Amino acid sequence: MNKIISLDEAVDKVKDGDTVMVGGFLGVGTPERLIDALIAKGARDLTLICNDTAFIDRGVGKMVVARLFKKIIASHIGTNKETGRQMLAGETEVELVPQGTLIERVRAGGFGLGGVLTRTGLGTEVANGKQIVQVDGEDYLLETPLRADVALLFAQKVDTEGNMSFHGATRNFNVYMGAAARISIVEAKEIIREGFMDPDQVVVPGVFIKYIVDGGAL
Amino acid sequence: MMDKQAIQEFIAKRVALEFQQGDLVNLGIGLPTLVANFVPVEKEVIFQSENGCIRLGPAPDPENVDPSITNAGAIPATILPGGAFIDSAMSFGIIRGGHVDVTVLGALQVAENGDIANYMIPGKMVPGMGGAMDLLSGAKKVIVAMEHTAKGAPKLVRTCDLPLTAVKAVDLIITEMGVIEVTQDGFLLVERNPEFSIEEIKQNTGADLHVSPNLKNMAI
Repeated sequence: MNKIISLDEAVDKVKDGDTVMVGGFLGVGTPERLIDALIAKGARDLTLICNDTAFIDRGVGKMVVARLFKKIIASHIGTNKETGRQMLAGETEVELVPQGTLIERVRAGGFGLGGVLTRTGLGTEVANGKQIVQVDGEDYLLETPLRADVALLFAQKVDTEGNMSFHGATRNFNVYMGAAARISIVEAKEIIREGFMDPDQVVVPGVFIKYIVDGGAL
Repeated sequence: MMDKQAIQEFIAKRVALEFQQGDLVNLGIGLPTLVANFVPVEKEVIFQSENGCIRLGPAPDPENVDPSITNAGAIPATILPGGAFIDSAMSFGIIRGGHVDVTVLGALQVAENGDIANYMIPGKMVPGMGGAMDLLSGAKKVIVAMEHTAKGAPKLVRTCDLPLTAVKAVDLIITEMGVIEVTQDGFLLVERNPEFSIEEIKQNTGADLHVSPNLKNMAI
């Protein structure tokens, strides 16, 4: 099945009010072309789930500047002063989640788990309002799953099945977010159009991927 | 007296002596990142960064920069032979699962029971915790590398008044004034920078500072 669509078709899948997961770590391994196309199309009241809000001119940071979000769920916003400004001004709600907890909540959402138990955040504001579960006499926080309407992902290579492989430190959240979203779109730097990826090289199977867009050489 | 850069390098040099042969180490952003510059190659310390690198190496020459290979601060980096790229679940499995031997982090405040605050000043500066809460809950040893005071205000305190990043998590504090262990009885000065008297160090500490009977001069 050929999953390749145009950038315009891809960003039309994002509707106002949607929850959107975006791969990347401070802009490394982030789908820049999808982000630019979504900003050009325009969207309102999105909820973002992403590791961080990158920089004002890079990655999801550009979407923060374009004011696409009503809520941001991230582990770190310190590299994008616009996120902090919007939060302190009460314009955008920000939920800070420890990074290891954030990836596990995404993983739980994608893999059919009711949550994860972690010691991370015990005794801090992160624990406020959360259930504490004892296992073998140890306290853990119950952290609930995260899911999304759309995931926007980046891979170094995909084949037309959506099988993904990566280069460098770009795996980050891209490996799990596809499973946790209703519609997952991957922007690939290189699309294998003749034949398929060597199964040994596939890091994330295409079963999670609904659409592919050509990221070309950036 | 040293300028800010000299203070940071002095602290980083002392932190580097804490690593054992073959340790898996995660360095925080800022001052802790400098520590890598002072670790001798023969110690074979393995640096992990939470963005998904194992055996993180030094910055590349400008012509060899690969935008996909960075440290956790998005600064171009290299991967040494034997290294690996991993996803975020694996990266934090390593961190939370107790596989990191030492983490080195900065702090806004450390309390005498080992509580640490280093991710926000409410209403002013809210960068977020990133991977710090996971590192503090999972690393076998937590070293705080920081200047002893912030504009004269003590950062070693009886109790933190800023939001906590973790409870009773810090093992060792290294500042330009000395090396302080966090013990059952509070702060214990085990090494002193001879530039400062014990009295001066106590005056700049916001909690009781016990002095080890085996107090040494700070090893660099």
